[in-house]
Amino acid sequence: MAAFTLAASGDHWFSALALGVTLLKCLLIPTYHSTDFEVHRNWLAITHSLPISQWYYEATSEWTLDYPPFFAWFEYALSHIAKYFDQEMLNIHNLNYFSSRTLLFQRFSVILTDALFFYAVHECCKCIDGKKTSKELTEKPKFILSVLLLWNFGLLIVDHIHFQYNGFLSGLMLLSIARLFQKRHMEGAFLFAVLLHFKHIYLYVAPAYGIYLLRSYCFTASKPDGTVRWDSFSFVRVISLGLIVFLVSALSLGPFIALNQMPQVFSRLFPFKRGLCHAYWAPNFWALYNALDKALSVIGLELKFLDPNQIPRASMTSGLVQQFQHTVLPSVSPLATLICTLIAILPSVFCLWFKPQGPRGFLRCLVLCALSSFMFGWHVHEKAILLAILPMSILSVEKAGDATIFLILTTTGHYSLFPLLFTAPELPIKILLMLLFTVYSISSLKTLFRKEKPLFNWMETVYLLGLGPLEVCCEFIFPLTSWKLKYPFIPLLLTSVYCAVGITYAWARLYVSVLTGCFVSKTKKQ
Amino acid sequence: MENWYWMTLVVLIGLTVRWTVSLNPYSGAGKPPMFGDYEAQRHWQEITFNLPVKDWYFNSSDNNLQYWGLDYPPLTAYHSLLCAYVAEFINPDWVALHTSRGYESQAHKLFMRTTVLVADLFIYIPAVLLYCYSLKEISPKRKMAVALCILLYPGLILIDYGHFQYNSVSLGFALWGVLGVSYDWDLLGSLAFCLALNYKQMELYHSLPFFCFLLGKCFKKGLKGKGFVLLMKIACTVLASFLLCWLPFFTEREHALQVLRRLFPVDRGLFEDKVANIWCSVNVFLKIKEILPRHIQLAISFCLTFLSLLPACIKLTLQPSSKGFRFTLVSCALSFFLFSFQVHEKSILLVSLPVCLVLNEIPFMSTWFLLVSTFSMLPLLLKDELLMPSVVTVMAFLVVCVTSFPLCESTSEEQLQLTPFAVSVRRRLPGFTFLPRIIQYLFLSSVITMVLLTILSVTLNPPQKLPDLFSVLVCSVSCINFIFFLVYFNIVIVWDSKNGRNRKKIK
Repeated sequence: MAAFTLAASGDHWFSALALGVTLLKCLLIPTYHSTDFEVHRNWLAITHSLPISQWYYEATSEWTLDYPPFFAWFEYALSHIAKYFDQEMLNIHNLNYFSSRTLLFQRFSVILTDALFFYAVHECCKCIDGKKTSKELTEKPKFILSVLLLWNFGLLIVDHIHFQYNGFLSGLMLLSIARLFQKRHMEGAFLFAVLLHFKHIYLYVAPAYGIYLLRSYCFTASKPDGTVRWDSFSFVRVISLGLIVFLVSALSLGPFIALNQMPQVFSRLFPFKRGLCHAYWAPNFWALYNALDKALSVIGLELKFLDPNQIPRASMTSGLVQQFQHTVLPSVSPLATLICTLIAILPSVFCLWFKPQGPRGFLRCLVLCALSSFMFGWHVHEKAILLAILPMSILSVEKAGDATIFLILTTTGHYSLFPLLFTAPELPIKILLMLLFTVYSISSLKTLFRKEKPLFNWMETVYLLGLGPLEVCCEFIFPLTSWKLKYPFIPLLLTSVYCAVGITYAWARLYVSVLTGCFVSKTKKQ
Repeated sequence: MENWYWMTLVVLIGLTVRWTVSLNPYSGAGKPPMFGDYEAQRHWQEITFNLPVKDWYFNSSDNNLQYWGLDYPPLTAYHSLLCAYVAEFINPDWVALHTSRGYESQAHKLFMRTTVLVADLFIYIPAVLLYCYSLKEISPKRKMAVALCILLYPGLILIDYGHFQYNSVSLGFALWGVLGVSYDWDLLGSLAFCLALNYKQMELYHSLPFFCFLLGKCFKKGLKGKGFVLLMKIACTVLASFLLCWLPFFTEREHALQVLRRLFPVDRGLFEDKVANIWCSVNVFLKIKEILPRHIQLAISFCLTFLSLLPACIKLTLQPSSKGFRFTLVSCALSFFLFSFQVHEKSILLVSLPVCLVLNEIPFMSTWFLLVSTFSMLPLLLKDELLMPSVVTVMAFLVVCVTSFPLCESTSEEQLQLTPFAVSVRRRLPGFTFLPRIIQYLFLSSVITMVLLTILSVTLNPPQKLPDLFSVLVCSVSCINFIFFLVYFNIVIVWDSKNGRNRKKIK
């Protein structure tokens, strides 16, 4: 009875949601897993059986260690539990080793580390302002936010089917955001520094953290018009922040600096030798750019503007080669993408500096940073969209405008993850889970903001509904047609271009709302 | 609008769980020469597709009845035929005569699992939703909670999507029957129930309550006027639907008789394997199967079944009510399961279905029963390597039930529907107030026993002398639980009308 009474009291709905999704994750254990499963097994083996000095040099498997040191230490810690499951998975020469115990261990390691994510979500829910909450539990923003985060479709399929450890990493990020909301800045900064040394993809959102902490924490006061008061600068705070970041980095990179391995570590962490786009184009600006290039070259060939002999073969036969060669438009270099990304990030960061709007402004800037780098980054993975979707969930339950952007972003972003799972038994799972999440997010946010104007206009509605026919065409009709062998890349191309439109739209709308918020309140003040 | 979207979510969750369970192994996967129920279903597709109707139930050189011969009524055969047409369209090897025996492949598994999901989606799930939607006097949220609990009942999911069977078809038809009869669409209700009966003969467990309820309704309307007309109409519907289902088998007398012999294999003995019923449990101390001749076994089991379901059925005929009907369905099915001849462990699903229907009235007892019923199939699930999905789905079910209904607060006499019983006992024994307490303790000890036994049978190897030790223990424990439930449900049914009168008196 004790357990029952516990469950029936207070926050039992949160435990029920968390427990429910954990059980769902357990059910997903026998599903398909990608090569990332082997990647992480290999890392377990590397960290377990080799000294630190070898970690970033080992190259028996093609899946070399390319995450920062904390993640390597994390694998090292896991490997000491793994040896009780199956010693064989810790042998670096056992390439593509598989056993049911390995599967159980790896899957459960993801499921159990998600505990940190649950805690972070719980903390985030406390940051929501609950002024206009209704009596009905299921209509409270807190409840909706916890479902949106805990049952997030992207995390479920990327972590628990495809196999990665985004759950606890996102947990760290959400927790650090929650700490900033709770005015525990030092803790927030510490958590983010740790996170950076777990997975360096979070560098994308580092500008938001840097500027926010500098502007709103190191400067203790603002002038009445909102501009910075230079004399309020607190050296103690800057130094303590710097010290935290320095100490964390020293702990992580120190051993490798001592071993004089930094260039090797960095070459592993930032492999610029890969192509502009991942095998499957992430739905970003470059997908549109590539598609435009392809369209132009086809039109050019039709109208005889282009000489067929000068066109690189690869770009015409398949969209799937790693090195995509542009035929009409200029090719893109890593530096160009970097500049584009920086330009895209700058306005949001300026906004954060000149018009600080508390943690919510910071969160908007963070989402914009994540989205901008997703839009223009070099070799972006489609999974990186989660970096924007998860923090955006927090914004979505507070303002109707943000809810609209969130819904477009998540629905298209999640749909763009579909090509990750291409095996037949997983097809129903991804469709069902996607429907589950989409139906829930749209209807719950609609209920939450029912007093305001409708969330979508007709164009957005048509666009989102279009995802249905797109899925039917790509995965049900197309395989039956004769094009399947001739143009196997068409479904991927369609998916990525279609989703790129939605994500670009969401990005632009969010930018507009942030910038207008920035300028409107400025002019008001004047 | 809002109900619509909750209902969608409930269905989606139910479907997701079903499909994820279906990724697990099926019965007899990779175990020649006999395989398991999965191969049986595939074999029936092969037989029905390649042989003319008249040969389906007969032993021949093309149809070895020893190897998973068809032993379900015609509707199952037609369903197999339908699936076989689809299978033939996708890959003719799947249903080729003789050569396809023991066929296994990833694609074929996917196909078979899909056929179960489709049948479930079109027959069982809509019935559950409609049933919950039409529940009276409760909030929409609670309706959805009941629907979610019913759809997540682990027993049915594990047997249909793990072990591999099409129980959701017969149970779904039976549920449509219950719906029809409860809302005075008597003809449609009886038609649906006839379909259920023609899909699986085990639906006979439910037939007496249907018969008594409809008869009671006719009595109520007056046997000389409207009641007689209704009775005739129902009789015609039943006859017509049976005729329709059996039409191809009525060409010869011998043919129909052969089908009947296949459906009721009396010579297979009192029980097989390990079943959580009286006979298997008594067998531990007393080898009835060897002591008594076959016909006496048959007579004893018939008498006991009949006696145990008599009170509830008489009650229902005299005072037909929708609620009484559902409770009688439970007690009759349970009597059949405990006492009748040739019971399979999976037949407990026939009891679980009506128990799901009373989930709203007695959430505590129903949840408890549904847990025990899943536990009683543990040996079977372990044999099919379904431990992981079983544990997970049971826990998910428990979580949903606990969050949907305040289980620990619903153990008062009132909520257990035991008030009238307690009142009448208190007339003799004034101190009889400890009933809820007893039931709570019983629940706790039952759950602890089940958990312990599960852990034991998973972790320990049974001693060499007693290889079936754990499965016999599981069956006996479940059997004791079931007897308790039989008593409980009979008490609720028998004292029910007094309850009504008492209320009137109080008012």
